[in-house]
Amino acid sequence: MGMGGKVVTVTSGKGGVGKTTATANLGAALARMGKSVVVIDADIGLRNLDVVMGLENRIVYDLVDVVEGRCKLRQAMIKHKQFPELYLIPAAQTRDKTAVSPADMIQLTDKLRPELDFILIDSPAGIERGFRNAVAPADEVLIVTNPEVSAVRDADRIIGLLEAENKGPGRLILNRVKMDMVRRGEMMSADDVTDILAISLIGIVPEDENVVPASNSGIPVTLNENSRAGQAFRNIARRLNGEIVPFMQLDEGGGFFQKLVRLFAGGNGQ
Amino acid sequence: MQEQTFVIKGVKDGLLISLSPTEQWLAMTTDLAAHIDQRSAFFAGARIIIDVGNRPVPRHELSSLKALLERRELTLWAVLSESSTTVDSANALDLRTSAGSIVPGRTTVEEATEINPEENGITGVLIRRTLRSGRIVHSSGHVVVYGDVNPGAEIVAIGDVIVWGRLRGKVHAGAEGDEKSVVCALDMIPTQLRIGGYIVTSPADKRHKPRPEVASVRNNQIIVEAWT
Repeated sequence: MGMGGKVVTVTSGKGGVGKTTATANLGAALARMGKSVVVIDADIGLRNLDVVMGLENRIVYDLVDVVEGRCKLRQAMIKHKQFPELYLIPAAQTRDKTAVSPADMIQLTDKLRPELDFILIDSPAGIERGFRNAVAPADEVLIVTNPEVSAVRDADRIIGLLEAENKGPGRLILNRVKMDMVRRGEMMSADDVTDILAISLIGIVPEDENVVPASNSGIPVTLNENSRAGQAFRNIARRLNGEIVPFMQLDEGGGFFQKLVRLFAGGNGQ
Repeated sequence: MQEQTFVIKGVKDGLLISLSPTEQWLAMTTDLAAHIDQRSAFFAGARIIIDVGNRPVPRHELSSLKALLERRELTLWAVLSESSTTVDSANALDLRTSAGSIVPGRTTVEEATEINPEENGITGVLIRRTLRSGRIVHSSGHVVVYGDVNPGAEIVAIGDVIVWGRLRGKVHAGAEGDEKSVVCALDMIPTQLRIGGYIVTSPADKRHKPRPEVASVRNNQIIVEAWT
């Protein structure tokens, strides 16, 4: 790693698994810890990190403007409303992924490293140019997946590509886990997923009804103290910062002690 | 890199170093010493057999070579040569002039040291990693995977497929029709398994105890049985 900040890319392969939500929340959670952070939306043509972070109306310049020299880097860094040390570099809406190259991304992040603690990159879905752009400068890659066969399959493909680029294996965020379904055997458990992917987990995020309204209002759910998903993102941010944080007990009412109680009560475990 | 004036091969009795019969002796032995010094871990404690071909090596030269090797904790065990001068020098230094099946002369040496990795069959490829989704391996021989074959990965081999791990992707052994080909895995749950022209899928119930199994064709169908 170079001097200064750490470049962390959030990717998934499959779309819709929660990359952008994870990036926004990790950015906010790190900023809340007092870290200086910039989040970069590398999904050129389909930007939405700005919406989730509530900064859409402040966009003047974007990533492509920086790369093509139409503005200074600082001009494209939008300061967050709540955290003065949290910035967003939005994606261009009108261009496509070929407007930026992996070398551009390395150059850009090298300029940001000395000034910030974390540079988070929100990768687009897929395995093409946009993915390569997002991964090229990464010191660490976080792979977001859901406990579904198709999402895990794509995550596996991504991990293989990361290994080939010497960026692997990365760490896994298992997003939108519904413990009651896991208990009924209707959803893959964290063990089922890591059994296939064979990489380490950095966090398990439970399904949480607070997430969608939070994204819609542009206030990342991690700022909601009562949200379990928000707590999970805060924990991931701390682990990203090198802290050792025990995993949350997601299994409400289904923990070891309760299982014992049920066992002695002659229950069937449901 | 300069051309080597000597050839080193592992043989049953130790390391056989064949020295060029025509190169200048001092330069060549100096090169050899440097070569050994660079790879001291490889040579450590080895028993050395020197083949000088038809070069007549006087006693003092052979003696200095012996000393050169001994300084590097190597034992000069035998000297092979067709030259009577060299044989006399070796006898005078109390060195063997034959080494088991190896007799002087380059062609015989080649024959004695040639190690055929597979006596009669096709060669294989060893993959020392997990094959993840999207990886497709085609081989004109056998395939050995030291790792898992994940769902979405695929192996197509002319010969056998051996997975030292979990086989969960697609696999086709005997892809050119050899129905004697087998597929082995420590845990066999392939998405699809083919041997020659036969094809099976794994049973739907996934909960099972992993155990090593072998798939082969018998009585016109693919049989999967425990490896014993």
